[in-house]
Amino acid sequence: MDFEVVIGLEVHAQLRTKTKIFCSCATSFGDEPNANTCPVCTGLPGALPVLNRRVVEYAVKAGLATNCQIVNDSVFARKNYFYPDLPKGYQISQFDRPICLGGYLDIKVAGQEQKRIGITRIHMEEDAGKLVHPEHLYGVSYVDYNRACVPLLEIVSEPDMRSSAEAVAYLRALRDILVYLEICDGNMEEGSFRCDANVSIRPFGQQEFGTRAELKNMNSFRNVQRAIEYEVERQRKVIAGGGQVVQETRLWDVEKAMTISMRGKEEAHDYRYFPDPDLLPVQIPAEWISDLGASLPELPQAKKTRFISTYELAEVDAEGLTSSRALADFFEEAVKRFANPKMVSNWVMSELLRYLNDEKTSIDACPVTPAGLAALLAMIEAGTISGKIAKKVFATMYRERQNDPAAIVAAQGLVQIDDTSALAEVVRQVLAANPAEVEKYYGGKQKVFGFLVGQVMRQTRGQANPGLVNELLQQQLDAGRP
Amino acid sequence: MELYAQTLTQLQQKLQRREVSAMEITESVLRRIGEVDQQVGSYLLVDVIGARAQAAEADRRLAAGEAVSPVTGIPLGLKDLLSTKGMRTTCASKILEHYVPAYDATVVHRLRQAGAVLTGKLNMDEFAMGSSTENSAFQLTRNPWNLECVPGGSSGGSASAVAADECIASLGSDTGGSIRQPASFCGVVGLKPTYGRVSRYGLVAFASSLDQIGTFTKTVADAALLLSVVAGYDHHDSTSVKEPVPTWHTLLDRDLRSLTVGIPQEYFVEGMDTEVEQAVRRAIGFFADQGATIREVNLPHSDYAVATYYLVATAEASSNLARYDGVKYGYRSPDADGLLEMYCQTRSEGFGPEVKRRIMLGTYALSAGYYDAYYKKAQQVRTLIKQDFETVFSSCDIIVSPVSPTPAFRIGEKVDDPLQMYLTDILTIPVNLAGLPALSLPCGFSKSGLPIGLQMIARPFAEESLFQAAHQYEQATDWHREKPVINGSAN
Ligand SMILES: [Zn+2]
Repeated sequence: MDFEVVIGLEVHAQLRTKTKIFCSCATSFGDEPNANTCPVCTGLPGALPVLNRRVVEYAVKAGLATNCQIVNDSVFARKNYFYPDLPKGYQISQFDRPICLGGYLDIKVAGQEQKRIGITRIHMEEDAGKLVHPEHLYGVSYVDYNRACVPLLEIVSEPDMRSSAEAVAYLRALRDILVYLEICDGNMEEGSFRCDANVSIRPFGQQEFGTRAELKNMNSFRNVQRAIEYEVERQRKVIAGGGQVVQETRLWDVEKAMTISMRGKEEAHDYRYFPDPDLLPVQIPAEWISDLGASLPELPQAKKTRFISTYELAEVDAEGLTSSRALADFFEEAVKRFANPKMVSNWVMSELLRYLNDEKTSIDACPVTPAGLAALLAMIEAGTISGKIAKKVFATMYRERQNDPAAIVAAQGLVQIDDTSALAEVVRQVLAANPAEVEKYYGGKQKVFGFLVGQVMRQTRGQANPGLVNELLQQQLDAGRP
Repeated sequence: MELYAQTLTQLQQKLQRREVSAMEITESVLRRIGEVDQQVGSYLLVDVIGARAQAAEADRRLAAGEAVSPVTGIPLGLKDLLSTKGMRTTCASKILEHYVPAYDATVVHRLRQAGAVLTGKLNMDEFAMGSSTENSAFQLTRNPWNLECVPGGSSGGSASAVAADECIASLGSDTGGSIRQPASFCGVVGLKPTYGRVSRYGLVAFASSLDQIGTFTKTVADAALLLSVVAGYDHHDSTSVKEPVPTWHTLLDRDLRSLTVGIPQEYFVEGMDTEVEQAVRRAIGFFADQGATIREVNLPHSDYAVATYYLVATAEASSNLARYDGVKYGYRSPDADGLLEMYCQTRSEGFGPEVKRRIMLGTYALSAGYYDAYYKKAQQVRTLIKQDFETVFSSCDIIVSPVSPTPAFRIGEKVDDPLQMYLTDILTIPVNLAGLPALSLPCGFSKSGLPIGLQMIARPFAEESLFQAAHQYEQATDWHREKPVINGSAN
């Protein structure tokens, strides 16, 4: 029997606010344990939460960007459970009245039609602290509450995905949006963009869902994909072997490349949710929502479509350039100064990204400015330097944070040789120095032409105008043909 | 008259006229504590050093002519669930026995800023759960009028300390009557302000949607003075309200002829002590004599108030008290093995029986499958109770009733019958469910010499009409001038 895969995702995105959701402690990462704590986030007796307005703003932006309906009197609830990293014995979250309801995202998997994935809800909540188990002290645990009360959005999808590829496409699209909105840094390794996957399978045509497993601990897109694929295969085998899939939470073990059972449903919690009496319902005036809507930046998909139509770029290039808002901005800045989008796109996608990747630098910290790149490309187009020379100049610009390519070209004497008589002399010398190759050329070996061009370029240290070299070489060879 | 026996209003005037020093008043109060607290048991902690330092500072401010407040140099006591930086705050519970807060509650901060002298922390029922102060993990507090009787609860120590002149005034908290009932049992003025009028920041929570900090004073004018210092919006408490804070003590005079007084039929319950009923009826007669309009009114959902209260309050308490788990502060069971056992033993050894009873009740009321039948239903009834009051207040300025169906009962009399104990709050609980301001003031004594209290209830944020009506009544009567004789030691 063949099975259909059903996947729903729950994403936790840490918001990029300066302060925590219910107090004014810093949210900065990697500080001394418990350096960023106060009576509120450590849940001292008598302390009360006060909602950070910025968190609401970010949640509304996320909702608007994912086509959700904004609930204008959403309610914070207490989710009660005991754990040492949870200072109050409950987590403040949202339950039956979350801030956003009923949205969607469109995704595209290579070779398939665009597909719409439903978003059930988005809600605001606080993070918990972190347990620290010192290596040399058996049975001792410490708690670091720096992360307690850090604001999170939980974004829950409908079970609309039918393959691991769709799940990853959805996750990427979602992350791109949150990063574009500048409300989340999208870093999966550091846990600021985390995902749990609910995975089940069912025979094709069956309406009811199969029993699902919840997968946790996947800290990269690749791990999400592998964990889902492993889990689907595991469930297939269980059913093929006459068994039944049990509802449980499973952890993705990167080392063993398999999912491992964490706890069964018999430990299912009764969280005893109820509205938090310390926090009033979140009132969001309609004009605030419309102001936030008007302030939304152009989102990745819209930008990609515009890049294809405005700049006549190939889809793959448009997608690459819009994968980050900063990269897209860089491209558009450069195009403003040098109106050949195709050429700018080629340089950004190949040369620029290669350097950034090699040096693990982000586009925000790129030493070459859009103006610098535009000036460089203008020199190629004007014939001042060849493409090859331009790459050398680019290397200097990048390494020395030098954004005046003309100065580099002048200082290093890299100006293209356009002088016909000077070049004709070099061509003569090359032909004279390579009689055997010239003989082969006349014998019909066309490839030799390229070798001879290379020799000329070498003699001129790459500065010869390649078009002119071709022209002169052809002339002299034709003239000397026996 | 000894300084400790005087009112806040009198002492404030004497301080401003430089007739006495804050240090003299403070020493007088400390001496009084030394004389009677052995018998009364109001204090869990007396901060002699801190109080003297604050008195010296108040005298310096007064001498320098710096801006002073109504409480500058006045010795005040605090219920032991108000967080005090560097000073133990136990909530009368073993689980917080050695807990020293790292911050001041907003009201404590305001009192310190205002130059008050904080004498120490007052006994209470554990986590404010109880109506007699018999649930304290540490000590018994006795009613100054009869040491065999309870002072009421949960703010029993705050009430007895004022009645026994062990402080000039005090702060307590009222979740279901925990200020008004002990004030009535101890013969002092107890005020529960409107929910949101005083910041709850730093008040160790029992039931967040009901808890309200309020005052114990010797007179109504004193209550008006003290409230003006601690009231007002606080950005640390989202449920505090941005209402202006009037100088109530300058607004106490009022012609009672324009006043309409509502008498709720449901509050003169069967089984009510006849002496209580007679005293209250006489007080109502006073208002009628002054030309006020007396109107019989109905609060039809009163019967459900106690049940509603015990669902809402215990549900919130079960969640609020989850943080006492032995992980971060307070008591931790010494011989538990593993995390779960540590939680279970810490909580079963650290909490007293009444607190455990309520945590279990609340946990049950919130659990899956029972939420709709209990918690949600209780919230719906709460709305009906609120609406009852709104209807009455569309035609009345204040509602007048007894505070408690009986005067103070004997120590031990009701400890084995929680339900009987819960019923002592039957007339005060609806006020908390509706978030209204209410005041308790003395309106007589039983034949056995125990005080009887009169309850006045007003519209949200209409504390002014409470103060006015109560002040007029107080001016016309002498109940508030009576003093208990403790162990032969009167003032
Ligand atoms: Zn904090």
